[in-house]
Amino acid sequence: MAFPHRPDAPELPDFSMLKRLARDQLIYLLEQQHEVDKLYKVENKPPFSSSEQLCFLVRPRIKNMRYIANLVNADKMAGRTRKYKVIFSPQKFYACEMVLEEEGIYGDVSCDEWAFSLLPLDVDLLSMELPEFFRDYFLEGDQCWINTVAQALHLLSTLYGPFPNCYGIGRCAKMSHELWRKLEEEEDGETKGRRPEIGHVFLLDRDVDFVTALCSQVVYEGLVDDTFRVKCGSVDFGPEVTSSDKSLKVLLNAEDKVFNEIRNEHFSNVFGFLSQKARNLQAQYDRRRGMDIKQMKNFVSQELKGLKQEHRLLSLHIGACESIMKKKTKQDFQELIKTEHALLEGFSIRESTNYIEEHIDRQVSPIESLRLMCLLSITENGLIPKDYRSLKTQYLQSYGPEHLLTFSNLRRAGLLTEQAPGDTLTAMESKVSKLVTDKAAGKITDAFSSLAKRSNFRAISKKLNLIPRVDGEYDLKVPRDMAYVFSGAYVPLSCRIIEQVLERQSWQGLDEVVRLLNCSELAFTDMTKEDKASSESLRLILVVFLGGCTFSEISALRFLGREKGYRFIFLTTAVTNSVRLMEAMSEVKA
Amino acid sequence: MNRTKGDEEEYWNSSKFKAFTFDDEDDELSQLKESKRAVNSLRDFVDDDDDDDDLERVSWSGEPVGSISWSIKETASNSGSNHEREQLKNRNNFSSYTQLPKPASTYSLSSIFRGRTRPGSFQSLSDALSDTPAKSYAPELGRPKGEYRDYSNDWSPSDTVRRLRKGKDKLQLLEEAVSMHDGNVITAVLIFLKRTLSKEILFRELEVRQVALRHLIHFLKEIGDQKLLLDLFRFLDRTEELALTHYREHLNIQDPEKRKEFLKTCIGLPFSAEDSAHIQDHYTLLERQIIIEANDRHLESAGQTEIFRKHPRKASILNMPLVTTLFYSCFYHYTEAEGTFSSPVNLKKTFKIPEKQYVLTALAARAKLRAWHDVDALFTTKNWLGYTKKRAPIGFHRVVEILHKNSAPVQILQEYVNLVEDVDTKLNLATKFRCHDVVIDTCRDLKDRQQLLAYRSKVDKGSAEEEKIDAVLSSSQIRWKN
Repeated sequence: MAFPHRPDAPELPDFSMLKRLARDQLIYLLEQQHEVDKLYKVENKPPFSSSEQLCFLVRPRIKNMRYIANLVNADKMAGRTRKYKVIFSPQKFYACEMVLEEEGIYGDVSCDEWAFSLLPLDVDLLSMELPEFFRDYFLEGDQCWINTVAQALHLLSTLYGPFPNCYGIGRCAKMSHELWRKLEEEEDGETKGRRPEIGHVFLLDRDVDFVTALCSQVVYEGLVDDTFRVKCGSVDFGPEVTSSDKSLKVLLNAEDKVFNEIRNEHFSNVFGFLSQKARNLQAQYDRRRGMDIKQMKNFVSQELKGLKQEHRLLSLHIGACESIMKKKTKQDFQELIKTEHALLEGFSIRESTNYIEEHIDRQVSPIESLRLMCLLSITENGLIPKDYRSLKTQYLQSYGPEHLLTFSNLRRAGLLTEQAPGDTLTAMESKVSKLVTDKAAGKITDAFSSLAKRSNFRAISKKLNLIPRVDGEYDLKVPRDMAYVFSGAYVPLSCRIIEQVLERQSWQGLDEVVRLLNCSELAFTDMTKEDKASSESLRLILVVFLGGCTFSEISALRFLGREKGYRFIFLTTAVTNSVRLMEAMSEVKA
Repeated sequence: MNRTKGDEEEYWNSSKFKAFTFDDEDDELSQLKESKRAVNSLRDFVDDDDDDDDLERVSWSGEPVGSISWSIKETASNSGSNHEREQLKNRNNFSSYTQLPKPASTYSLSSIFRGRTRPGSFQSLSDALSDTPAKSYAPELGRPKGEYRDYSNDWSPSDTVRRLRKGKDKLQLLEEAVSMHDGNVITAVLIFLKRTLSKEILFRELEVRQVALRHLIHFLKEIGDQKLLLDLFRFLDRTEELALTHYREHLNIQDPEKRKEFLKTCIGLPFSAEDSAHIQDHYTLLERQIIIEANDRHLESAGQTEIFRKHPRKASILNMPLVTTLFYSCFYHYTEAEGTFSSPVNLKKTFKIPEKQYVLTALAARAKLRAWHDVDALFTTKNWLGYTKKRAPIGFHRVVEILHKNSAPVQILQEYVNLVEDVDTKLNLATKFRCHDVVIDTCRDLKDRQQLLAYRSKVDKGSAEEEKIDAVLSSSQIRWKN
């Protein structure tokens, strides 16, 4: 349980520096404002404040600008004069400025930027907290956040030294890397001469691997996220978990000693571990019997607090486990997992399709049905037209006709597509692939590119051996590979790619995989020939997920790290899971 | 920005600066520069043996540009090889743009071209304009070396604007923004182009610049400029997106009557054949819901109808999905004749609801009302000889589960568990839902003494079930297999 790292594993860099930096910047900004007395959440109602000045801390989104404009204009109508300040985080967008101008309040507000883009959620996890990144880039093709990513990388390299080895795959990864390089060149000298702390950087686009993000999670941390929704590294445990009438907000990170030991475990191990832990705790409490006064004094002053803390955490996680079990049993999780595994392995497709259909007919959660359809589509290179039509019709009938728009989004993002009928496909494909190898790829219209972008999951899976051949039971207590995060049924594609590239220190020998991923022009390596990197730093790897990563992927890579003596640090635009991906694609207003 | 052609001419002639010129001067120097520029930028425009005239093809004056090469430029810029240009850019950091006066309320161009701020520096717009040197993109047009001396360090904003009035420059600005990959800057340039170019020209130029085009579409969606967005799709001949974008508007219409009328306008739009049917259905569904809602609200408030008194409606049926509407109709209007809009059969026919879906929904609704007789009727079919037979298109194991969810009594459950064909499934369900008789009978039929013994330990002591099990176990008629 909770295997230790190899003794020679590198130390993690100190991220508290990032927190300090961000905090100081914000304080500086707010102090300029004098006496900020109350914080309001920006939502669609005016704040009740009689203050002479209002300060908004917002994401640079147009709807936020409209909100501010309405407020300012309402004040104007009421003949009220206030000072307004808008602080954009992480940066101001020109489009926002334009809206302020069009709304006639450009002269009334002053603007600032809080360049805060890296929130350390844990000792090894940095989040940009940009869930909108996924939709903005992968659906709309808007590159507004690429600069933010480049800035974040730049900041990291300023703080922790240059990155000697960079790898990446995906269009966004490539662009982010280029822009970041440009930033480095513009400000060269700052990182020169510094010893690199982080030896490798790996950038990966979410659309290189949708499958992993679409699977139900079964490691504890992922399961907690799927069940209770972890927000900014903390979770709200409701009364059913706390076994009281109150909800409790709990921070989930390495500080929580109990959580830290079970977070990466397959759920089936967690119960046993927790009960063992409870027994140990009891034994430690019991030691107080037969103590003399002095010993008792020691016990109370030194150990009791820790024990009580542990007790509290233990009962919380036991409560969470029970609640998860209850929910999963109710939704027939076993059957669901069985279907997912069948889809991943590519057998009983008909049965799986029927299972999905029944889900839809019974109006089981719309997101869940959508997720399964996407999983079917990606693993099968699109749905056969008859199934596509029938599932779509039934979906619209069960969950509402407006989801027509959702289907259109999913098709554009390549998450849910229809196979083109046999002959035309091959003819078209050869035409398209010719165009694709040509540099004129951008010319191909959306309809074509969705065709060109076949997911090829089956072939990739074979090439990279994603479905482990198992003789007998897969022992989830003693995982032998990263597949344990999906009950031994599937090695996460994203993690496998990272593993393979790190092993080779290049993309060499992976040409076929890269081609199947539709990334022929989009896989890159960028190495600087400097020998200043210590062997320790060369085993410290920063993985950048563009479009979000899941806790399962994090767990899988942590496992890989322990096996190989690496340490991974994760930088993600946001922590994601299948529900968030599907919600981002849904086109229904709340 | 409003200068006339004459003004412009005058400027070019009278300016004391040696301003940068494009192709309207033909002294030797400029020719030299021209060819040098052409050579240097060849890589940017084409990757084969096109001659220098290519630069003319990208000219502004209304000639269609060489679309393929332009699009290549956009995508090719990802694949590197603009090292040279970057070097140039680095040499070309202008700080003079910071001398601009603060714009009062007109949108400031300079802000468009102001560079990204660094992490840790907090430049507000006014800061940037007063004293902090800010990086400007405007001069970074990716020009070859030879021309840089044409830029002088003390350009006024109006000079910039004038330069930008030249279409080629504007587009080059866009090219440069795209090659930087920064969406914020791309959008900024697009905002500027949108203001200064006619719709048709803007659209035409974007048609061959997919990255920029996607930014414009997203921008228009975000600011809600529905009209321009529709015009754009029309221009691009993206009929399906046009139709969907129009249809999307209905989400913003709250009033059901108005929404219905709006949906009516969507019916003729160029959707795919398949989607057209869905749109038609959406309209018909809302139309029905409005009628049903008015009727039922009236019935409910009159208080004369038993079903509404016993089970008051929890929510309006308006804008609910079809299956929910069917459930509602099976719940409140089950026995109505096919002729009425609210009858389940009518809904089934109108929307061609598959039998499976219909049975599933009707079952759930009638079970909720504990109308077991209706449940029974749902699965009873008569053959041509008049014999009745039980048949369930969804499989009786599902029927049992749904009945159990609606807490059907054991007698009812038992009846349907017995109809499950697969013996293992039957036994499992019977055990799960404690249908003792079924378990005992099945074990007897299977001659499975061990399983029956195991089951005996699960039932209550002294209960009727236990008695029955004991009777079976002691029966001498059965030849147990174990």
